[in-house]
Amino acid sequence: MLNTTKLTAAVLALALAGPLAAQDGEPKSGGTLNVVIQPEPPSLMIGLVQNGPTQMVGGDIYESLLRYDFDLKPEGQLAESWEISEDGKTYTFKLREGVVFHDGEPFTSADVEFSMDKFLRESHSRMRTYMEHVESIETPDQYTVVFNLKQPFGPFIGIFEPGTAPMIPKHIYEGTDFANNEANNTPIGTGPFKFDKWEKGSFIHLVKNEDYYMEGKPYVDEVYYHVIPDAASRAVAYETGKVDVLPGGSVENFDVARIQAMDNTCITDKGWEYFGPLSWMWVNNDNKPLDDVKVRKAIMHGVDRQFAKDALWNGLGKVSTGPLSSSTRFYDGETPDISYDPEKAKALLEESSYDGETIRILGLPYGETWQRWAEAVKQNLSEIGITTEIVPSDVAGWNQKVADRDYDLAFTYLYQYGDPALGVSRTYMGDNAAPGSPWNNVANYQNAETDKLFAEAALMASPEERKAAYKEIQDQIVEDVPNIWLLELGFPTIYRCDVKNPVNTAFGVNDGFRDVWLDK
Amino acid sequence: MIRFILGRLIKAVFILLAILVFNFLLIHAAPGDPAAVMAGEAGAADEKFLADLRARFGLDQPLYMQLWLYIKGAVQLDLGYSFRQQMPVAEMIGDRLPATLLLTGVAFVLSLVLGVTAGVAASARQGRWGDTLISTFALLFYATPLFWVALMATLVFSVWLEWLPGFGYSTIGAGYTGMAHVLDVAKHLVLPASTLGLFFTAIYMRMTRASMLEVSRLDFVKTARAKGLTRGVIQRRHILRNALLPVITLAGLQAGQIFGGAILTETVFAWPGIGRLMFEAINQRDYNVILGVFYISAAMVLLFNLITDVIYVIVDPRIRLTT
Repeated sequence: MLNTTKLTAAVLALALAGPLAAQDGEPKSGGTLNVVIQPEPPSLMIGLVQNGPTQMVGGDIYESLLRYDFDLKPEGQLAESWEISEDGKTYTFKLREGVVFHDGEPFTSADVEFSMDKFLRESHSRMRTYMEHVESIETPDQYTVVFNLKQPFGPFIGIFEPGTAPMIPKHIYEGTDFANNEANNTPIGTGPFKFDKWEKGSFIHLVKNEDYYMEGKPYVDEVYYHVIPDAASRAVAYETGKVDVLPGGSVENFDVARIQAMDNTCITDKGWEYFGPLSWMWVNNDNKPLDDVKVRKAIMHGVDRQFAKDALWNGLGKVSTGPLSSSTRFYDGETPDISYDPEKAKALLEESSYDGETIRILGLPYGETWQRWAEAVKQNLSEIGITTEIVPSDVAGWNQKVADRDYDLAFTYLYQYGDPALGVSRTYMGDNAAPGSPWNNVANYQNAETDKLFAEAALMASPEERKAAYKEIQDQIVEDVPNIWLLELGFPTIYRCDVKNPVNTAFGVNDGFRDVWLDK
Repeated sequence: MIRFILGRLIKAVFILLAILVFNFLLIHAAPGDPAAVMAGEAGAADEKFLADLRARFGLDQPLYMQLWLYIKGAVQLDLGYSFRQQMPVAEMIGDRLPATLLLTGVAFVLSLVLGVTAGVAASARQGRWGDTLISTFALLFYATPLFWVALMATLVFSVWLEWLPGFGYSTIGAGYTGMAHVLDVAKHLVLPASTLGLFFTAIYMRMTRASMLEVSRLDFVKTARAKGLTRGVIQRRHILRNALLPVITLAGLQAGQIFGGAILTETVFAWPGIGRLMFEAINQRDYNVILGVFYISAAMVLLFNLITDVIYVIVDPRIRLTT
């Protein structure tokens, strides 16, 4: 009973915290913000390294031309205004004037061209594929940048965020070996905070950018990112007042309820709309008996995802309905039913080619929750009559096994980057299935029809046409069940209620603490 | 004596080389490589990204070539670069060493002094309540998992009583200098050092007690008593000195580990030491860092074994050194 009450309270708090936090009072300046970072990033140079912690700290130091609200609508950041031509092939950005990098050099259209065309094309895998759509970049004057696309590419307006398209100082990197540039250790961007110090294993210290171009911002004087390797110790760090913000995933899910019950504690699950983290089990479509769609459907109906959500994820997140996250553009909620139905699963299994073989489950080595999830799935499947065994591994081993396709079922979760052409098609395109990578079409799903639709939909100029194409794709893929979709993950950000505005874009804490102020 | 030490040092060099080669092969036998791990964290990577990383790390070369380059560097005391952090490994280890030495060193001295004292005290009161009390505590700490003790200590002293900081090396952002800094670090040190020390205290105590009891039944102790020596003198000069040999063996082993850090304690208490560096490096397959830490710890274990042997002679003149 007690648990139910707590859970309801959690859901209520989630619903309320977001809008409330954004409203109250005049911002006050000053103070120190203490945030947990986990794991310790390998580097802060966001153009070279794209893992979560790097983006989180890098999002304070670097900026892009735009930022995106919770509905993924673009807002100006380094660009003051922008225009997309009728045919969807020309993007013109007007840059803000008077912006300087942390070393005092002005930020101009030359930096945009250098970042997009040279630096990121060279070192950023995702950007490399996006930039293939760009025919040329023009800089008619210091504050205007024009991108000429080869053909319309709808998702293009969605790539100008710091994790994807950070603006990198040309005067520091031009003509150097980017990866080995000394400056990578003292990152320079245009963002609200400057890099000050990194005590490896302890903390990263950023200080206010006094010359920031937005009047009065940032409000806080300094930010400390605390490196605390143990999840229980991170919870203690919050409980003892050492840190004020716990970004999503910092503490184990079973600790969330306890921490949330503390005074002056707010929680929000917003700030993940752009990423739309969706978890699923890869199904090795080449292995018998998983090549049989009936076996895959049986597994799909046999896995109790509501239970996983309530028991393992503390009620956070959403049960997935198919290949798209509900926050991703062109999500279609009307796809064929894949809900939990053990009776149906047993019937399907009866008709299928399954013959008692042992199916291997490769869990995701990301902590307790994932381990328990693999155990829960094992039990679910044994209830419908499928024998399984759990294969243990660490992060490197998991990568290797998935890349080599040495698995039957493998847990994973991936980001969708707001648009199916950026973050979804890579998982299902038939020509993107070569072994060697754990992030392409690992299941080796082959469907000529959806391949064609995916290719066309990315290049359609009108959003309505794209919507129709993606609807067809979603229906078809759900019908084929190439993977077992699990949950749209909820990674709640927990913070003291007197820390105002920690999450106010679709990127949450990864978008920098530009608007944060302390009401103390 | 000098000949003995020199002989042992020469042997040690070869053992060290063998350890290096073995470690190198072992770590490369683990699935996955640092490029795959880094790409994995990014959640997306194409062929070029992986190939660039592997070329930059030198992982595109054949294994024997990589081994040869590593050994060549190691012999010249060059530990190479960390793939991930883009820093020389020697510098990274150097950065972490003071914190680890402080933690393991304090825990070592603490456990040795406490353990031997408690062991002597218990043996002197054999079978009485004082002995039972000490032995019970020792057994308790010996049997309890370290991480649990650590978490409970944090809960009691940091969360409930709020006496001591629960994690970290110093108060971040406080800007203490001089004496204030020393006190601050000392406060942060209490919980991790006692957690780490407790386990060894228990071992030293049990060993000292058992050894003392054994020696006290020997004939020369009877002789000493018959000579009319006081209890204290017999305990100290006759029994303890003879009973210490096994304790020294154990202390030598623990001393060798001082440089390897303490993975569990450092992780739970967010102590920025070598143990954590190594643990993270293993997960990230940062080969050079792992090998660098192994190299230093192996060298230290060899060195402390040698020192232990020399100390035997000092404590017990009956022992002779031969190579």
